[in-house]
Amino acid sequence: MENWETVVVETDLLICGGGMSACGCAVEAAYWAKKNGLKVTMVDKATPVRSGAVAMGLSAINEYIGYSKGENTCEQYIEYVRQDLMGIARDDLVFNIARHVDSSVHLFEKWGLPIWKDEEGKYVREGRWQIMINGESYKVIVSEAAINAMTEAGFEIYERVFIVGPIMDGDRIAGAYGFSTRENKFYIFKAKAVYVGMGGAVHVFRPRSVGEGLGRSWYPPFNSGATAYFTIQAGAEMTCQEVRFIPVRFKDAYGPVGAWFLLFKSRATSAVGGDYMKEHADELANWAPYGLVKPIPANLRNYLGMLDTDAGKGPLYMETAEAIQNLAKQYEGDEKAFKKKLKELESEAWEDFLDMTVSQSILWAAHNIYPEKSRSEIAACEPYFIGSHSGASGAWVCGPEDIDTPYKWDVDGKVYGNMTTVKGLFTAGDGSGASSHKFSSGSHAEGRWAGKQAIRFILNNNTMPNISDETIEALKEATFKPMKIFEENKGFTTDPNINPNYIRPMQFMFRLQKIMDEYAGGVSSAFKTSKALLERALELLTMLKEDSEKLAAENAYELERCWENVHRMWQAEAHVRTILFREETRWPGYYFRADFPTMDEENWKCFVNCVYKDGEWQFFKRDVVPIQV
Amino acid sequence: MPSFVMVEKCDGCKGQDKTACMYICPNDLMLLDKDGSLGVGEMKAFNRDPSMCWECYNCVKICPQQAIDVRGYADFVPLGASVVPLRGSQDIMWTVKFRDGNVKRFKFPIRTTPEGSAEPMGGFPEGDGDIDSINLMTEPASAGVDKMPTLG
Repeated sequence: MENWETVVVETDLLICGGGMSACGCAVEAAYWAKKNGLKVTMVDKATPVRSGAVAMGLSAINEYIGYSKGENTCEQYIEYVRQDLMGIARDDLVFNIARHVDSSVHLFEKWGLPIWKDEEGKYVREGRWQIMINGESYKVIVSEAAINAMTEAGFEIYERVFIVGPIMDGDRIAGAYGFSTRENKFYIFKAKAVYVGMGGAVHVFRPRSVGEGLGRSWYPPFNSGATAYFTIQAGAEMTCQEVRFIPVRFKDAYGPVGAWFLLFKSRATSAVGGDYMKEHADELANWAPYGLVKPIPANLRNYLGMLDTDAGKGPLYMETAEAIQNLAKQYEGDEKAFKKKLKELESEAWEDFLDMTVSQSILWAAHNIYPEKSRSEIAACEPYFIGSHSGASGAWVCGPEDIDTPYKWDVDGKVYGNMTTVKGLFTAGDGSGASSHKFSSGSHAEGRWAGKQAIRFILNNNTMPNISDETIEALKEATFKPMKIFEENKGFTTDPNINPNYIRPMQFMFRLQKIMDEYAGGVSSAFKTSKALLERALELLTMLKEDSEKLAAENAYELERCWENVHRMWQAEAHVRTILFREETRWPGYYFRADFPTMDEENWKCFVNCVYKDGEWQFFKRDVVPIQV
Repeated sequence: MPSFVMVEKCDGCKGQDKTACMYICPNDLMLLDKDGSLGVGEMKAFNRDPSMCWECYNCVKICPQQAIDVRGYADFVPLGASVVPLRGSQDIMWTVKFRDGNVKRFKFPIRTTPEGSAEPMGGFPEGDGDIDSINLMTEPASAGVDKMPTLG
């Protein structure tokens, strides 16, 4: 630890993270900060050029309203999201994202993102809300605008600095602490406001592939629960911690299915059950009113497929060949046009993977799968925590000032949109809960909104919080404790991996994943759990938490992995406790409470929120107050 | 192992101020064995934890020596296939080799503007510049309307 220099950085707004929402926050905050003589600092554990969920690229933008073109209204988006979340959504947040998202997409296009256009020059719709892009460099382009905005304003971006957690000054956020993974520097960032946008969480549950393919999660393995940990530790109220997301994707490599379902109009079938969406249509009435409206919520679509999987009727398949043949059919009789269309569809199908999940292309090529000739297996992935997609976990954030909603609170009479319940702490994207279906574009737009609001907060609360030298020393000691433990004990055994005095981060992660998988409704327990199983999970998590004090790190890289797993552990605990609190099954297809197998609208049509304060968890219900549209 | 480095081609980015693959990997997996003390080879890079690799291909795309490739995860991908990109400033070319020996090539655009040129305001006029309004920096113009939507 003595080798690690302490560096204190003072700034006005600190942006933790470099993904889509953080880049949105940076580009917007840089503008307002420069105008008002303030300073913004950004910190990313990687480089924003290729960090976060869009690091690889994307083949579609999933939220584009098109209201300026009369395609849809923001009110219609509220209805769509509320329905998909089985009634539990923050309409005020969803509306606010929807009204700003088109603006972000139009900026992406100006910055250089190729968006597919039809003959009339209109964006090509994949589905009602989605548009198609050539998105290999999506993140490169979006981060470029953010980096340019920051650089032109003279603001700094710290790359390869891992944020461990928040620093508080009483009830106000005071900054964040972390360490460089490239040089021996311990960082204290002092700030008047903090934006936290470090993604959702993967590897909390055991993945289906546990060998070399461990890293091939659908959502990236480097999104490890840092945002949830940060907001929980700051004492922020959290929401929808039970609403995990389980995507159904091409099996094992987790290639996207959106284009196949929406653009190519493909069917999904089980090996002996046929079209499970049709075969099990009656089941949807049990989840009324949500099950009876189209589009059917993502979790219910999962659930109908799982009914066949559970009955031993798998594998499930995406009928790619049938879909492509159907689309090319209109050109039958004109062999040249037919061949041209087939080739075009084939290229679109491959681009869908190559832009965002190259592994799926390798898997198809290795299985000799030609999508126009043979179908391909699909399966439910392991659970993830992702507030931006179809899960909903995140912090409980303040609604926009101009919208009539009960979800607002003030600081000295002023309301700041997307501020958490902690003074000066803002989040968006995967960080804010109950406002799903923002995806990449909505995360960016919401990040921009939060960036402006954070600057506004600073202008009205323009004092630097206090961080004492004792606090800094204590945080430094806690941060490097795993390295100290390793150093002090490594000499005891001949194999540094096996030592009774410590646990290394990889095995720690496996232990967490085993608990979550077997007791909290992971893949191996067919996504089912119960009070008894969850209580046992908590007993095991308690011992895991005790043992987290004995995590050991040989170097800075392993230290990073240690803290990532501590972050995951806290996301896991919030999840288990919230599932335990909600005594119903509302999202079959994401998880089942076997002891409460039905939905209970009377008692549980509400948000379940929680706060961690003074070493205790508190759980409570909050009313769902829909906006009439 | 998901991404792998070819010994013959990797020069440890000796002519540059930092190693390209170490700079870009979102999961901090690539490491340079500068002096050979890690047993990999002097000035050779490697993926230090293949089971944490997402196969995002960012190291493959950025490597100036084209020294990095990906071998599909050994625990579920049959051998014999490969997918190799060649990323330019405006397009990316992919070569997909199947297990049965077939080869397909695809070319897709990646951006419509010169690298580095993204102008934060995107050429849209500034909004009202009012910190208390609901308009973001380029709104309402960038939203394509005269006034941002509100409810009620």
